[in-house]
Amino acid sequence: MSLLTVTDLVKTFGEGDTATRVLRGLSLTLEKGQMAALLGPSGSGKSTLLTILGTLMQPTSGGHVMLDVDLTRATDAELTQFRNRHIGFVFQFHNLLPDFTALENVVFPTAIREGRETAAARTRGAHLLTRMGLAERINYPSTNLSGGQKQRVAVARALMNAPELVLADEPTGNLDRASALQVMDLIGQINREEGTTFLISTHDEKIAATCPRQLVVGDGLVTG
Amino acid sequence: MLYALKIASRYLTASKAQTALLVLGVAVGVFIFIFMSALIGGLAEFILSRTAGDISHVTIEAEEAKPALLISPEGTVLLVQEKDAETAQLREATSFVPLLEALPEVKAVSPQISGAGFVRRGGQVAQVSVTGLEAGRESVILDLDGYMVEGSARLQAGAVLLGRTLVDDLGLALGQTLVLQSSEGVEVALTLTGIYQIGTGGGPDRRMAYVSLPTARTLFAMPQGVSRIEIKLYDLYAADAVTLRVEGLTGLPAKSWTEDGAQLLEALRAQAQTGYFLKTFAMITIIIGVASALLLSTYRRRPEIGIMRAMGASRLFVVGVFVTQGALIGVMGGLSGAVIGYLALLPFPTRDAFRSGTLPIDITQGSYGLAVTLTVIGAILASILPARAAARVDPVTAIGQ
Repeated sequence: MSLLTVTDLVKTFGEGDTATRVLRGLSLTLEKGQMAALLGPSGSGKSTLLTILGTLMQPTSGGHVMLDVDLTRATDAELTQFRNRHIGFVFQFHNLLPDFTALENVVFPTAIREGRETAAARTRGAHLLTRMGLAERINYPSTNLSGGQKQRVAVARALMNAPELVLADEPTGNLDRASALQVMDLIGQINREEGTTFLISTHDEKIAATCPRQLVVGDGLVTG
Repeated sequence: MLYALKIASRYLTASKAQTALLVLGVAVGVFIFIFMSALIGGLAEFILSRTAGDISHVTIEAEEAKPALLISPEGTVLLVQEKDAETAQLREATSFVPLLEALPEVKAVSPQISGAGFVRRGGQVAQVSVTGLEAGRESVILDLDGYMVEGSARLQAGAVLLGRTLVDDLGLALGQTLVLQSSEGVEVALTLTGIYQIGTGGGPDRRMAYVSLPTARTLFAMPQGVSRIEIKLYDLYAADAVTLRVEGLTGLPAKSWTEDGAQLLEALRAQAQTGYFLKTFAMITIIIGVASALLLSTYRRRPEIGIMRAMGASRLFVVGVFVTQGALIGVMGGLSGAVIGYLALLPFPTRDAFRSGTLPIDITQGSYGLAVTLTVIGAILASILPARAAARVDPVTAIGQ
């Protein structure tokens, strides 16, 4: 069953002579519950594709439908709300809020939706952190965590609102091998147990090999 | 917006030293605002108490009959009739006293008989203005009680109050007898029962004599009526309106103190305007300080703002975080400044204890509530620009920083 479909996606940066076309009519479908790796050299358009799929940027042209919603026609406010409810992000550099604890970072997506940190949100946040092996780090300031721990907190935050799609941009790119495999193992578990769809951008073929589907981006198109 | 409040307060507590400096800056601005309010207000109070505070705010006065003139067809004055020496009087005016006292704006009413006269003591003579006051109302207009240096301000039949300078000029002492001769030619022997000192020598201390109303009736051959009624108001700025009302109620000509005190009023208004300018500058300083600090914070937190936006925080939410930050700074700075201002003003004498040579600061006119309210509003306004800048942050570029 299709979760999202992009068709003939074009993204051009700049205008006139300085215009750079990063995506050149890319089409892609992701099924619900899939776990796919997005491979490709630097500058191939992986990050641009993830940014568009994450509704943080609109394409220059082409179609983008997720959960039967045409996202190319949505307003900024509608995209923001859609992103909060249906999409989770894991960034290469974790991007946790430095003045908040691990738990506060995890409950953040729910708190901004509900206007406050509810007890239910804190319970779910604590459960997710426990699942990530961080039960003893729940109330640690995020700045006091190691790189691997921070990335696991970022994964828990991406899962907080039980999104249908999690987009991970080089989630292990800044981790040592052991931490990277630990994070990928957790992502695989959640994919299998909760049916969350993951699209993971990576340079690392070993990491990509842990995903059942591999997509390769090149010349602004995708194959696989 | 509870969550925006939590984030805003977390941002403030995360950089304690920076926040403390910012709050201190706002507090200093508020302190200046409060200090200026207390100083300008106190100064106005002091000047008024020394000028308009001791005069009648509305006066009903009998008009002097003008001397008749005989004018030639060419317009030359041929003959001027000798002025009637009889003191001008309001024959029925005293019946209006209860009516005037019932007016809510009126603090006190003093029916008086006044005229010119001479004080004689042995071979020495001094010209004086004589004012007859009703017993019990001696100090309701001019605070004679407050200016007494010897004896009492209480006026009984046969008593007279003179100023320190005149008493010294005539070589008088309390309890001694003197002769007061009115312009009507009536002579009365009076006992000096009180000596006052209003100024530093001249003016009222040399040229005024206060007697009881019955004594004044005898002196000026006025068995009934009074020559004027002086009215003191709670709010002397209401004098013009009350004057019109008094004229309407009594049908008698009334005069507001502002007719002769226009220059004083103008000076007080100019002083108040100076105060407004200074307070406005203090507010502008606060606004610029808060705005620049928050703009810096916005720039420093661009990546975090990008993350928030990526997690689904709306632009309005981001605006809310930074405006709340501004409001919190305003509340903390405003309250701190108000407390510092109040404590700094405590050592100054109260308005009742103002004396020449001291800084007349009135702690009750610090405008504390206004200062805090304006500061909070100013800080909120100051945070709007940084908040809008934060809301416009592009999450893609911000996260990539």
